[in-house]
Amino acid sequence: METKNIFSESGIIITLLLIAIPVIVASILVIIKAKNVLKNFLKKKELEKFNEYLKNLSPEEVQKIEQRKKELEFSLSNNELAGDTTPIDAKGLIDNVSETSSLRFIEQKKKSQARPYIEPDLTKLILWYLGCATFWLLFGTTVGEYVGIKFVAPDVDHYSWLSFGRLRPVHTNAVFWGWASLAMLGLAYYVIPRVSNVPIASIKTGYRTLILVNASVILGSLFLMAGINNGGGEYREYIWPVMALFGIGVIISLRNFYKTIAKRTTKEIYVSNWYIISAMMFLLVIAVIAYWPSWQNGLGETIIQGYYMHQGVGMWFMLFNLGLMYYFLPQQLNKPIYSYSLGILAFWVQILFYTLIGTHHFIFSAIPWWLQTVAIVGSAGMIIPVVAGTTNFLMTFKGSWHKLSGSYTLPFYLIGIIFYFTGSLQGTAEAFKFTNLVWHFTDFTVAHSHLTMYGIICFMLWGFIYTVVPRLTGKEPPQITVGAHFWLALIGLLFYTFPLMYGSTLRGLMWMEGTKSFIESVELMAPYWLWRAIGGSLMWLSHILFAYNFYVMVKKKEEIEIPSSPKDILNAKVELDNQEVTN
Amino acid sequence: MEFFDNHKKLFRTALVLFVGLTIIVAIMPAINNQENNAPLPGYEPLTQEAYLGKKSFIANGCVACHTQQVRNVDMDNVWGSRPGIPADYAGISRIDFWTNTATLMGTERTGPDLTNIGLRQPSLAWNLLHIYQPGRIVATQEALQLVAYLQSLKQTPLPDGKLPMEFLYKKKEIPVIVNGNNANLPDGKLLYTNNCMSCHQANGEGLKGAFPSLKGSPIVLGNDLELFVNIIMLGYDARPEYAVMNAVGLDNNLTPEEVTAIINHEKTSWGNNAKTVTPEEVKKIMDFIKLTSNK
Repeated sequence: METKNIFSESGIIITLLLIAIPVIVASILVIIKAKNVLKNFLKKKELEKFNEYLKNLSPEEVQKIEQRKKELEFSLSNNELAGDTTPIDAKGLIDNVSETSSLRFIEQKKKSQARPYIEPDLTKLILWYLGCATFWLLFGTTVGEYVGIKFVAPDVDHYSWLSFGRLRPVHTNAVFWGWASLAMLGLAYYVIPRVSNVPIASIKTGYRTLILVNASVILGSLFLMAGINNGGGEYREYIWPVMALFGIGVIISLRNFYKTIAKRTTKEIYVSNWYIISAMMFLLVIAVIAYWPSWQNGLGETIIQGYYMHQGVGMWFMLFNLGLMYYFLPQQLNKPIYSYSLGILAFWVQILFYTLIGTHHFIFSAIPWWLQTVAIVGSAGMIIPVVAGTTNFLMTFKGSWHKLSGSYTLPFYLIGIIFYFTGSLQGTAEAFKFTNLVWHFTDFTVAHSHLTMYGIICFMLWGFIYTVVPRLTGKEPPQITVGAHFWLALIGLLFYTFPLMYGSTLRGLMWMEGTKSFIESVELMAPYWLWRAIGGSLMWLSHILFAYNFYVMVKKKEEIEIPSSPKDILNAKVELDNQEVTN
Repeated sequence: MEFFDNHKKLFRTALVLFVGLTIIVAIMPAINNQENNAPLPGYEPLTQEAYLGKKSFIANGCVACHTQQVRNVDMDNVWGSRPGIPADYAGISRIDFWTNTATLMGTERTGPDLTNIGLRQPSLAWNLLHIYQPGRIVATQEALQLVAYLQSLKQTPLPDGKLPMEFLYKKKEIPVIVNGNNANLPDGKLLYTNNCMSCHQANGEGLKGAFPSLKGSPIVLGNDLELFVNIIMLGYDARPEYAVMNAVGLDNNLTPEEVTAIINHEKTSWGNNAKTVTPEEVKKIMDFIKLTSNK
């Protein structure tokens, strides 16, 4: 083979560009950091000099400043008309009064509310969970973005570790077990002690789970890229020892949560705990069944595969998130959930129907027809819990819609709820026989899984994270980047899914007609795959903003301020003098 | 309610309900299918080479784009002659200590289904070219194993006398020929795309050093119809500078009308301009081939 200059190969150029982007961004960050350090250093010097000057102030000079302060502070007493009786706001009705504001490029949203005291140790644990989750979101979607690009430029690279077939499961598993699962567990460490009204049984256990889950995703990703996997069943590509780490992590936290609930001081068990504890128990059942070898030969493997991949989605991610929603939504709206019993109904019906629907991934296959029928019936039955849940959430919103425009967290909740309704019902529709003819095996499935895992799960998790973290750290993210995160993620998701759904419908119809060759149906998809890459890029960008927002919410740095007003100067002097006395 | 306020009772009930349903819809059917199905009499287990190839297929995640299931709907007829049945998968068991059973039925058909690829595309040269792209052939041991696996993927015929399950959702019948009029022949271009194009290419010019050009080919343009039909049905290996051609016609059960349509398409495309043939002529030769070949 002739050797060309490798830098003229499009694949190499694209790879280099992809590598260059984070490098450039990182360099810019380093420069900004260095500048800040220098600035801080200079300010410190200035402050020292200033302190010298303060110490040497003569009494006359102090008096002068005091005099000036008095003059500056002069104002009318404002009770010239009202008299001497001082108004008292004994019930704290007047709050959040802000008379001056900058130009309103962005609407001022309501600030996060101060909340009851959370132990600093628990705060730290939760932030570690959410931080790791954010990392896996970035990692997993970077891989996903790259895999999406490969549909447009298949020859981007020729390294076996970066080949499409190996990276695809790296993407799905990292966002499943790394991002969403860690975020859910971290949030559960906040919710369960709150609704049980007792401290968490063990914080140490929380760290053990965190380490095990992270280890599982790191090892799993490396193994997948090296070509070591479990045999190609979707979402159970990690080999059993890797998945075992994840499972043990969930077991020990489940025990921890269970103990916390057992010693609760409330009489009832709040419905959030039903969902969360059940999700964790069910995940363990699912994982054991999926990896236990006794029933996996021949068609048994496929039956278990259908069961596993759908229970993983519905009984772990969905159930868990619904539990979190039953805590956070009423709290954000500051009112009780519309109907507690609807939540309970949805819980039992979800278990009843969802468990049955796994085989709907293999309609018309060699799996027994009765099982396929059960799956279709179960999928239709899912209308009940989905409608019950959505009604419950929307009726809780009712009367509080005005809060939506004034909050930067509620839009995430609302989009999550809307996709919960549309995405889940789309799943029901996809299980029917005719829709299977058109859509099965096409990218429609990919679009659907993104509408649900992204539209429901990710949006809900972001809403919860933006709610919780400012309460824990007292720092709020910049509104403009939260807004940008929200819109980029939403528009990106729509750009991603709608063209894919449209294109794959055309493709399915072409297959059914049978008068065109298969390769023409591949060529047909090319423009829709491009749209997918564009939408994916927007989504990916939004995750960078999310990571930035998260960083702003948790960073520890304090600003150094040089006193300038007479009042501040006096205060600083008093403080400084006191220090000298105690020294 | 007391029941809802007792965490032991509540969570135990939820777990029992879930596990109970799971046993009914997952574990029992799985065990039942595992125990009560056996491979068909004609089933050939994977050779050692093909087995290693399957491992490579798994390691590289090929299942992300290629299914291995022919559903019992007519649109899947292109991927196999009969719908898949549990017995087709009965011979597949756990790979090794680390790796689960892999039926590789898949859920996405970004690329073609591979159930019957061993019959549909049996050529070694084509497979290697397809996997590594023209100009990138590196016939490593692993590549050969992978192709050995792909070539082993064939639908096992049902035992004598058994009729396969019918395909559901039949397409509207394509009109069948009545009097040998060309207008009633099947679509030659589509048949060419499905059966010939992967080697001879869309422009009919083949690939240098692998597949001969059909444009201006003496066999295509000439009058030796018997040789032409023979090559389509039984394959060809007369020219050492090109790869071996497999028995495309026989492997894919092409009918005389289909072969005629392909021949006429080749005789009149890419600048070729030769006299077309009728199904009757082709049928005569094919009947003779069937008599002489013992397949």
